[in-house]
Formats: sequence, structure tokens, C-alpha cells
Amino acid sequence: MAERKGIEVSLAIAESASACNVDCIAAYPITPQTHIVEHLSELVADGELDAEFIPVESEHAAMSACCGTAAAGARTFTATSSQGLALMHEILFIAANLRLPIVMTVANRALSAPINIWNDHSDVMTERDVGWLQIFAENGQEAADLVPICHKIAEDKRVLLPIMLNFDGFILSHVVEPIEMLSRDEVANYLPPYEPQQRLDIDHPITMGPVGMPEVYTEAKMAHEHAVRSAYGPICEHLDGFAKMFGRAYHPVESYKAEDAEILFVMMGSASETAMSWVDEVRAAGKKVGIVRFRLWRPLPVADFKKAIAGAKVLGIIDRHFSPGGPGGPVAQEVKYMMYGEKNAPKVVEVVAGLGGRDLDDDAFNNLFDKCSKVLGGGDVPPFELIQVRGGHYGKA
Amino acid sequence: MSRQIPNPRWQDLAIGCATLEPGSSKYQKTGDWRSSRPVWNFTQCIKCGVCTVFCPEGCLHINGEGYPIVDLDYCKGCGICVNECWTGCIALEEEKD
Repeated sequence: MAERKGIEVSLAIAESASACNVDCIAAYPITPQTHIVEHLSELVADGELDAEFIPVESEHAAMSACCGTAAAGARTFTATSSQGLALMHEILFIAANLRLPIVMTVANRALSAPINIWNDHSDVMTERDVGWLQIFAENGQEAADLVPICHKIAEDKRVLLPIMLNFDGFILSHVVEPIEMLSRDEVANYLPPYEPQQRLDIDHPITMGPVGMPEVYTEAKMAHEHAVRSAYGPICEHLDGFAKMFGRAYHPVESYKAEDAEILFVMMGSASETAMSWVDEVRAAGKKVGIVRFRLWRPLPVADFKKAIAGAKVLGIIDRHFSPGGPGGPVAQEVKYMMYGEKNAPKVVEVVAGLGGRDLDDDAFNNLFDKCSKVLGGGDVPPFELIQVRGGHYGKA
Repeated sequence: MSRQIPNPRWQDLAIGCATLEPGSSKYQKTGDWRSSRPVWNFTQCIKCGVCTVFCPEGCLHINGEGYPIVDLDYCKGCGICVNECWTGCIALEEEKD
């Protein structure tokens, strides 16, 4: 078993991408992702990683270059955050629909304005519909482990889709954690060299990205929907394969003390780990509470989620992004979509919190827990509420 | 994607809707995008060939008598030939059907 070493999570991700022996990195620096691509550029410059590092002029160009290198058959890695992910927006659809297996880590960060470089999930949640696979890490070990797993999933011939590996900006990206790093040889046992199914090759010319007239566009979208949804099987297979080889098991939906819980929190990302400590304290006081987290977000693991929450009476959902003037946060929307029409569905209490780097702390968890307890005791389900806000959400103190 | 299958089902599409064989424009005709077509008055044509040079689709050719002819399977009616013609012998006529 590999040795644990203290390493900044961003550097661990870069080392992990290097251990995957990526062929090409096209990236533009943006806080809080910068250390990843900075370190990769050092590894390439020092000759430790035999790869092409393309220092582009923007994230739009970064994703465009990634499409080019992936189309040419190169194992392609990049990283971005917030405004950078937003600038990639139109090319994200193209990477997905051309079925290019790019791996991109996203250090989740708020979007301007006001200018804010700190953590929430508004960058990734506004990119829900681009047709990429989307997965979340909760700590540095997971972020480092998920890099080879993501390459394995993306490059599987049954999948062939780009994948976003999300991890919380600063809270994870800039923290030094003890991480068991995999060597290049260990990764090579898990992740064989990439063999593209089809690629740009002047000796065997093909056209990628031709016009899709109205008589074929709907069929192209159906093919893509099928590809994303049916990636679920291979994703589980490769998570299991990693667990068998390296002993660390990851699942599409993760649970913590959920079995007998009456109140279940639903959340994503690093805050789940803070919430686990809080759960331990509340459990010690005799309250039946637990946590369910989405690790896999696209494809949405509906069956796993329903299984994980079976028996719960109230779900308390924490969203770190919301649609102003709309129906609240994305996690709550999708959970309600999964529950609609279900017999004995749990009640859903939703809050929006942890925006732009505001800490998700015990106060926030207690606030949500109080709301859930009232509903458990027979109270009405309140509408979504933005908590942690001075002045209150529409008159609520 | 192979357009040799008319109206393909989604299961018939290549990965990423790619076109897997070269030369697909031979069967993927694009002339039906056109709303008007160029028409020549050969009595004024001096056979200079400038229209064939400027055609962005490369769908103008010279016939055996030296006059330009248009391949309507690909002409999109852009009117560049009309604009470039030295003698003004090409007119753009609206497609009736």
C-alpha cells in the first residue's frame, strides 16, 4: 500500500493526472484551480511528464484545444473554476456531443458579481445541462483517487463522454491533507493506455461535428441522452474496480448514519464531512439524523438515492446555488422530481446556504435541523429559505 | 453518421454524429437551401470565367463551348457570381417552387 504524504490537494490532483500519464493539458489559470495546472506545467517542463502543455489565452480556447487533442486521440486533462467554466460554456456542449473523453477538475467557486473567489456550487450547477458526466469529491484523497477513475470511465468505449470532477475551491484546493498517492505503475495497472474508438487521422479521414439538420438533430440528442444515462453501469464498475485494487470504495450515492434516520440531510461536496461531525454530536443527544450525499450528479443516480433515503420521514436539503425568482436550489429541485408521485415520500425542507465562501457550520446545520424537526412533529413544510442572511429571507429573522 | 440511410434512427448514428467516410458531400446535396438561382445571358457573356473563380462553393464549371454552367445540387444562390461578373450578364432569379 502506498505511503501517505502531506500534500496540498491541488498538487495531489496534478500528481494524480501525471500518474495517469496524460498526453495533453490545455489550460488557463484561474483561482482557486491555478495550482493544479501550474504544477502540471512544471512537471512537463521538468521532463517528469511526457505531455504537451498548451498555455492558451482563455478558458474558451482551453476547452477548444482540449476538444482538438481529444479528437486526435490524446488522453486529455484540464482544470478550471467559476468564471473560467462559464467562459467554456458553449464548448462544453461540443465536447459532450462529439463524445470526447476529456477529464476536467473544477475547483467549485462562486460567480461574479460581486467579485468572489470563494467556494459554492454555482459554477457547476449552471452547467448541469451540458451533457457531461459530473462527479463530486468530498476530501483530498477522493479528489486524487477520482482522477484515474474519471479517465477510466470517460475512455470506456461504452461511455466515451467528458467528465467533470468537482471539488470545493479553497476548502479543499488549498488545504494540505495526508493523502495516499498512487504511483504511475499502480495507476497503469488500473488505467491502460487510451485507445480511441474513432479519431482524427489523415490516413482514415472522418468528419467530427458535421451539420445536424432538423431531420437528424433530435436523433443526435436521443443518442447523447442514452449515452449519459447508460454510463451509470460502467461508472459503478470502475468505482468497484478501483476499490478492489486500492481498497478505497466510492459509490454514486454515499450515506452516513442514514439507516435508522428520521431526518436525513442531503448535500454535496466537502461540507458533508463537517456535517458528519455535527451528526455525531446530535446523535449523542439521541436524535435520529443522518446524511445522504450525491457523489454522482450526472447521470443522476435515482435508484441509489431512493434506496439511500428509504425510511426517512424528512429530508433537509442544503443547496449551494439557487435560481433567483425560481424554484429554489438545484439539488432540492431534482430530489423533488425524484419524489413526485411516490407513496410515503418524505417531506422536503430546503435551504440555500454556504454561498460565496460563507462557512457551512453547526449554526447552519442546527437551523435546518430545527426546521426539519418541526415538520417531523407535524408542522407545515416551509418554502425554500436562504439562511445565513442578515436581514432574513422575506421577513424571517 | 451515414446519410446513405435516409432518416436514420438514433441507434444508427455514429458516435458523436460523426461522418465516418470521406466524400460524403457527393450524396449530401445542399442545393435545396437555395431561394434564388443565377441565370446567364450568354449573348453578353465573354467567357472570361471570373464567376467560376469566385464561386465559394466551387459549383460553377465551364462547358464544352466555354460558357459557365451551374451545378444546382450545390448552388446556394449567394449571388457572388452576379456581383463579380464583368459584363453583368448573370441575373439572380427567385426559385418558384
